[in-house]
Amino acid sequence: MSGLLQQLFNGLVSGSFYALLALGLSVIFGMLGVVNFAHGAFYMLGAFGAFVALDSVGLSWWLALLVVPILLGVLGMVLERAFVHRLMHLFPLYNFLLTFGIALILQDLLRMKYGVTSQPYARPSMLDGAVNLGLFTYPKYQVFVFVFSIALSALVWLVLTRTRVGMIVRASTERAELTQSLGVDVRRWVTPVFGFGIALAGLAGVLAAPMRAVNSSMGADLIIVIFAVVVIGGLGSVLGSVAAGYIVGMLTELGNFYIPSLSQILVFVLMALVLLLRPAGLFGREEGAHA
Amino acid sequence: MLNVDNVTARYGEAQVLQGVSLDVDTGEVVTLVGRNGAGKTTLLRCLMGLHRSMTGDIRFDERSIATLSPHKRCRLGLGYVPDDRGIYASLSVEENLTLPPVVGPDAWPLEKVYETFPVLAERRRQAGTHLSGGEQQMLAMARVLRMGARILLADEPTEGLAPLLVQRIGEIIRTVKEHGVTVLLIEQNVHFASTVADRHYLIAQGRVVESLDNAEVRQREHELLEYLGI
Repeated sequence: MSGLLQQLFNGLVSGSFYALLALGLSVIFGMLGVVNFAHGAFYMLGAFGAFVALDSVGLSWWLALLVVPILLGVLGMVLERAFVHRLMHLFPLYNFLLTFGIALILQDLLRMKYGVTSQPYARPSMLDGAVNLGLFTYPKYQVFVFVFSIALSALVWLVLTRTRVGMIVRASTERAELTQSLGVDVRRWVTPVFGFGIALAGLAGVLAAPMRAVNSSMGADLIIVIFAVVVIGGLGSVLGSVAAGYIVGMLTELGNFYIPSLSQILVFVLMALVLLLRPAGLFGREEGAHA
Repeated sequence: MLNVDNVTARYGEAQVLQGVSLDVDTGEVVTLVGRNGAGKTTLLRCLMGLHRSMTGDIRFDERSIATLSPHKRCRLGLGYVPDDRGIYASLSVEENLTLPPVVGPDAWPLEKVYETFPVLAERRRQAGTHLSGGEQQMLAMARVLRMGARILLADEPTEGLAPLLVQRIGEIIRTVKEHGVTVLLIEQNVHFASTVADRHYLIAQGRVVESLDNAEVRQREHELLEYLGI
């Protein structure tokens, strides 16, 4: 029993990364209609950012958790202004070419500098050690990751549902053109939303640095699963991508434990089932298909 | 107040508007009557800046707005109700009302909206699309009043509504007019049009073919109905 619970908890921890990444991907898709294939690369940059910051200027992990996502968010906004916004009226293939190209360039730049081996990153000392969760003890750091990502997801949810900015994002996600004709300058919000999504990916990367292998392909390994998570949750649905992130995390860890040979495909089986039974995703809205 | 001058628009190869010119004066209620596919919806989209390939000029208060983006036109006082009513599913009724910025001095406060349309007050927390079709139309028009728009551009607000609700929409349009808001309305129901509007433009194949007053519409109702294919 405690073995099962421990697996489920492992799932919540890896689900935390899925949730943060899927959340950003989903908001970006909703607002821009762009599927960001470079999302995993920004996660990787987040982890490398933490590593470089510590290595070169001795920036602590805690500060990196604040600074790196902000810097990456700014980079995201620059890329949006320079390139991504041009995709708006183009054939979707260009979306793939541009964002996948950005991913490959970022990945190879880091590979040139650091090779393919993983960089070491120590846990912050405050989060070293284990906590007793009653039925089992668990690494303190992992507990922090879970609590932090739940709190952050909840915060994003509150901003989206309770504030004027959130209302504008929801409206623009559902119907950008109509929102524009109702006096809201949608384009002004597109750049910060893209930057915010990228910052979330970077933040997930910083969180990953002390517990995952920091290397140039860490984002590429994850991004396929993240797309499955977004589809399962429902494209453009924020609540859906977060919930699906945790569900997929738990499913994968349970799979690893009980049927290791199938664990890699379980998420895609789930995706296929969801597409068959609820094509708009678990939390997607059928009418939302035009957004 | 609104002057449309030789506006053309195309969808790919198809020329949908072939040079439309018309004028709407302050305080008037004017309808655009015509068959499906005559170009009425495209014309309204051109007025809002939602159609990309447009030529010709549009002036609002003597100022050319033809190159302004949609949100700027809205802020000058153009209140748009699209053919599908434009109600958001992911916004509550109240959010649907308060999404647009206040654009004019005569904007209705929320209390006045709720007083005039009690059903919207009752359902303010529900998702916009949980309302019935007639209520959604009411919400779309109330939204324009809440903004304080100076002209209401409504794309066939009575379409698909039961006769009783059509009457209710008529009352709302009269309320809008009484508050000094000018109205440009797409309408297939010529009888209804003649009860709410001052003047009518008959649109066919992307052109204004005739300008009619209410007496002419009533006199030629049968001919017009036949012409419209209803």
